[in-house]
Parts: sequence; C-alpha cells; structure tokens
Amino acid sequence: MADSANLKQREEAHWAKTSRLMFTHLGVWFFFGFVIHMFVKPLNNIIIPVLGFPLGFYMAAQGSLIIFVVMLFVFAKQQDKIDREFGFAEED
Amino acid sequence: MATRTSGGTDFLSNLGKIYGFYTGGFLAFVILLAVLEQVGVPNKILGYLFVFFTLAVYAIIGILSRTAQVSEYYVAGRSVPAFYNGMATGADWMSAASFVGMAGTLFLLGYDGLAWVLGWTGGFVLVSILIGPYLRKFGAYTVPDFLAFRYGGNFARGLGVIVLVACSFTYVTAQIYGTGLIASRFLGMQFELAVFAGLVGILVCSMLGGMRAVTWTQVAQYIVLIIAYLTPIVILSTKNYGFPIPELTYGQAIADITAREQEMLATGLTTAATLKPHIQPFFNYTPLNFFAIIMCMMVGTASLPHILMRYFTTPSVREARQSVAWSLLFIFLLYFSAPAYAAFSKLEVYTNIIGRDLSAIRPWLFSWGELGLIQICGKNAASIDAVIAACKAIADHPGVVRLQDFVINTDVIVLSTPEIAGLPYVISGLVAAGGLAAALSTADGLLLAIANALSHDVYYKMVDPNAPTARRLIVARVLLLIVAVVAAATAATKPGDILAMVGWAFSLAMAGNFPALVMGVWWKRATATGAICGIIAGFGLCLFYLVTTRYFPGAGVKYFGMTSLLNAATGAPLVDIAKAMALPNAMESFPTLAHPLANKVGWFNLTNIACGLLGAPLGFAVIYIVSKLGREPSAEMQAYVDDIRKPRGRTVLEEKTT
Repeated sequence: MADSANLKQREEAHWAKTSRLMFTHLGVWFFFGFVIHMFVKPLNNIIIPVLGFPLGFYMAAQGSLIIFVVMLFVFAKQQDKIDREFGFAEED
Repeated sequence: MATRTSGGTDFLSNLGKIYGFYTGGFLAFVILLAVLEQVGVPNKILGYLFVFFTLAVYAIIGILSRTAQVSEYYVAGRSVPAFYNGMATGADWMSAASFVGMAGTLFLLGYDGLAWVLGWTGGFVLVSILIGPYLRKFGAYTVPDFLAFRYGGNFARGLGVIVLVACSFTYVTAQIYGTGLIASRFLGMQFELAVFAGLVGILVCSMLGGMRAVTWTQVAQYIVLIIAYLTPIVILSTKNYGFPIPELTYGQAIADITAREQEMLATGLTTAATLKPHIQPFFNYTPLNFFAIIMCMMVGTASLPHILMRYFTTPSVREARQSVAWSLLFIFLLYFSAPAYAAFSKLEVYTNIIGRDLSAIRPWLFSWGELGLIQICGKNAASIDAVIAACKAIADHPGVVRLQDFVINTDVIVLSTPEIAGLPYVISGLVAAGGLAAALSTADGLLLAIANALSHDVYYKMVDPNAPTARRLIVARVLLLIVAVVAAATAATKPGDILAMVGWAFSLAMAGNFPALVMGVWWKRATATGAICGIIAGFGLCLFYLVTTRYFPGAGVKYFGMTSLLNAATGAPLVDIAKAMALPNAMESFPTLAHPLANKVGWFNLTNIACGLLGAPLGFAVIYIVSKLGREPSAEMQAYVDDIRKPRGRTVLEEKTT
C-alpha cells in the first residue's frame, strides 16, 4: 500500500515537472514562431553586419528555424532527465 | 542489403557503412553523367538515366526489405535507430511541395512565403512535446488505433480513419501531381500519362514491404534529395559571391534584388503595380493570414498520421524524442536553404530574362512553355514565334521582356533554375532526380498510412477480427493499389497548385486530429463522447469552409454570409461579389479553379488554406464542454493514460503479432 501511494506521488511529481517543461517550451516556441515576426518591420531596419540580411527577414528565414532545432535536442535531453529522476526512464 | 527476415541485426549495425557506400555510389554516378554530358551525350538520354537509375535503386531496396511479418510491415519491427528514422522522416516529410514548390513560393511571395518555412519546421516542436513520444509508448500501429483505444471503440476509430483518409488523400494527390510534372518535363511525356508513370515508381517501393521497405527506401531518397537541392545553390553561391555556403551569401543576393527592383522601376521594365518587393512583409498575405498559415502548418504537422506513424518505428520512447530532433535537423537543412534558392533564382530571372530582347530568349524556356508553365505576354511561351506574336499584340510593347510580361508557374522555379543560370544539364537532371525522390518518398509514406488504416483499422479491427495475417497484408496491398490509382486520376485533372493542395491537407489534419490527440494524452478527463463530438465539429467546420470556398463559393456568399477576401497590399476586395453573383454560372461550375469566386471568398478574410484555424479551436471547445457534461472516464482508462505518460514499461497496447 505504501508502495502504491509512493508510486502515485512519483507519478504526480513526474507529470507536474513534465507539464512545466512542456509550457516552457511552448512559450519559447510561441515567441519564435509568432511574436518575434509581428515586429518584422522595425527589425528589418537593422541590417546584420557582414551577412547583409535585414534582421526581420533573417529571423523568419533562418533565425527561428535554428532555435527550433536546438530546442528539440535540448527538450529530448531535459525530458529524459526528468524521466530518470523519477525512475520512469527506460532501461538502457 | 543484408536483410534476413529474422530481425536483420547485421543490417542494422552496418547502416553507416551501407549508406556511406550508397552516397559515394550516387556521387560517382552524377560525376559519370557529367562526363557523359561533356562527351556529347544528348540531354534527353541524361534525363532518362537519372530517372531510371534512381527509380531502380529505390525499387531494389524496396524488394530487398520486403516482409510478411505484421510488426515489420506496420512499424518496421520498432527497430529503426533515431538518427536514421530522422532521415527517413525528413524524406517522408519533404514532399514535392517542399522540394519543388517551396522555393517557387518564396520566389513569388518574397517574405510572405516564409510563413510556410516557419510553419513546416516549428510544428516538430509540437510533435515532440505534445504527441509523438506518447503515441510511441502507447504502442499502436496507426493513429486511429490510438483514438479507438483512448475513446473506447470503433466509432472513434472510424472518425480517425475518415480524417486520415481525407488529409492523406489530398496530400498524396499533390505528390503524384508533382511526379507527373517532373516526369512530363524530363521524359518528354504527356502530363496525364506521366502521372501514371510516376505512380508505378511509387507503388514498387511501398507495395511490397510496408513500413520496413519504405523506411530504408526513404533514407536513400533523403540522401538523393538533399544532395540535389544543395548542389545548384552551392554552385551559384560560389559563382556569384565566391563563397560556397549559400545560406550565408544570399543576404547579398537579397540586397542585389532590391537594387535591381529599383532599377527596373526606373527603366520602365516594371511598374509599381506589378512589382512585389522581395523583402517587404504582408504584401501578399495579410498579417492575419500570414500567422494563420504558420499556425495551421505547425499544428497540422503534429496531426498528420503519416508523420506521427514514423515515430512508432523507433526502439524506445527516448529514441522517438531524439528522432524528432534529428528529423527537424534534416528538414532544416533544406528549409533554411530554400530562401537562398529563391533569392538566387530571382536574381537570375531579373538579370537574365527581364530586360532581354525577345529574340534572345533561351530555348530551354520553350520546353516549359509547351507545358503551359511559362507564359510571356499572356500566351504560353512555346516557341520564339509564339512569343514575338503575343508581344506584338500588346500596344506599345518595347520588344524586350518586361516583368509584367513574364509569368512563371511557382512549381517550375526549382526545376528550371539550373537552366536559367546556364549551369550544365547534368545539374538539371540531378535536381529532377531529387524532386522525384521527394515526391516519391512522401507519396510512399502517405499511401502506406492510408492502406494501413484501411487494412488494419477498417478491415482487421472493424470488419473481420479473425482475418489471418496473410490476408490482412494482401488486403493492405490491394487497397494501396486502388487508393493510388484514384489519387493519380484526381491528380491528372490538376485540381490546384501543389502548395494549396498540401495546405488543405494540413488544415484538415489539424482540425480533425489535433484536439482529440492532445486532450487524449494531456487531459485524463476527456471522454469518448466529448472526443467524438469534438472531431465531428472541428473537422466538419474545416471541411465545410474548404469545400464551400473552393467549390461552392456562390452558395457560400448567398447562404453563409461569406464576403470577398481582401488584397493584402491595397485592402481592396479581390472580386466584385455583386457582379460575379450576377453571372449565369455563379452557383454552378462545380470543380473549376476558373470559377470567378473560387478561393476568393470567406469569413474574416481568412484564406481557406488556413481553415484549421476555425476547426481546431472549435474541436477543443466541444471536447472540453461535452466531456465536462458527461461522466468521468473509468479509473481503468485513467490508469492507461498514466501509463502512456511514463516511458518505462511495456506498451499499453500489445498487438498479436502472428
């Protein structure tokens, strides 16, 4: 009985942490997927040195994409860490 | 390929070597063809060699990895390493729309086209965080499988199948259309015939071995398509700016385009009314539609059954997550290059075609003109005489090509850029082979998703639960064939351009699947009745908006209060509704794009590509409200949901494998 109560607790803590990670990443996703592009016009007044891109255009063409890729590798690592912390990760 | 039926561990541990060897072989083949071109082998032969050699390789891989085992057939034995699954997903994902259509769209729309680039990459964040790994833990063979289990029974399964077939069929039609386009240009066949020729290639890969064959073929196709996509722009980048990384040098190209735009305005080669400045935002899409397209493509990505299904094939939940990250990396390689492709191509068109004398038009252009894909002075540019005659008919024509005289179909840009820039023909052939790989790999994945849903979900789970394995797999193959032929017949009627068709597929997937999938994992309280009502309401609204605006716009205006969409740059209505409604055919002309109101009316000025934006929120709301009204799901079901949230342990749904 104590074991199952313990399991229930671990499940809830694990899911709370997982949900928090989800909302954090969704926040970053929303910012780079939408919010930053709402400011494309002012950002276009900034020209990236050497490369010559207007910043607003660059963020939509490359900047946000790079962030998405990095985010996913980071997320895979973080979620795995959470799973291990609560003993729910798969055996290696 | 060493593929013994029992697991094939030799094969899996040697993947690096096998695909390394394969890549080297492909490069050697390209070099060989380049040499052949130099010694004077005609272009047509080179085109044939490219198409047939690559098709033969895919077919061989498909045949070698054929299988009759159920779990191999449906989920490749759940043994595909994250890295290779990422590559296969990349090929599965990047369709004719990405390879052939994307750069063309960016060429035409400039900044506004980036909505597609953003939408088709950001969606993977949602796949990984919200859905993919959980469905892997669940252990289903198909997406409807999950819906059926979570929402208790065959009604939810049936709805899942309907959504799956609707979006996958729309999508596969676009792929077959793309294949037909490439085959008709490079093999010199009639478009309608070429569509069916492309179909044969698709079927060879996916008919025999199900998911396993498709996976290993898609890895091979990814390698071909990425080499093909990057080669011409690396050459152009080096040629124009002396540096071989196009993603870094095209900032310069953009500046050159802007300068040339000003120059063309000053010299009368264009007018302010026809020029669409390349970097100016919200010129083609209103901000609402720009962000709506991003949202629909992102959420659609996380709802497309053929993509979600790819994450059922990894050995573990952890690898499913890593695999999503690898997928996006491989996809990113193409997507962050597409704007460079568009910029280089646009610069070449603006300098090599616009402002040139009519008699100096290069002959390659006529082969596209014959297909009706390039028009000069309003007529198909089929020959030099046709062009000169057409331009003569325009009053005060200066005898040089002006921007407003030149209309190029967006689907032609990528395929023709090597020719526009005067690169050797072998590069054109390479690009065609890449486009073919992109279209074939996606079509394979889609057809498989449809056939699996029909054979596993409809035939096995709903019609005959005692069907023996052999019969289930035969049914899968027969259905695959039927679906493919119907899709090809639809594609031959050219129902829309590639990008629009694909956009519809995403919106339909978003409205139909997303709310039910996300709520199924993240909200234990979601009930079967809630989900069923939610799917019907969300998907129904999206489908209604799509069909009405595309096929029955007259009825939309008359009965549903739709109004004309507005021009993003000027804010003026796209059509005069009163005038169009007065026409005798306003309420009929069922399928033609030429209907004066088709795709030009709607609610809130929202384009029908983004109909998911209407459907998905409605779906969420309905699931929430109806679930709250009903009784809580059983304790057993809630325990199952807890179970799919933890990577450790057995999958929730164990399939009979024999």
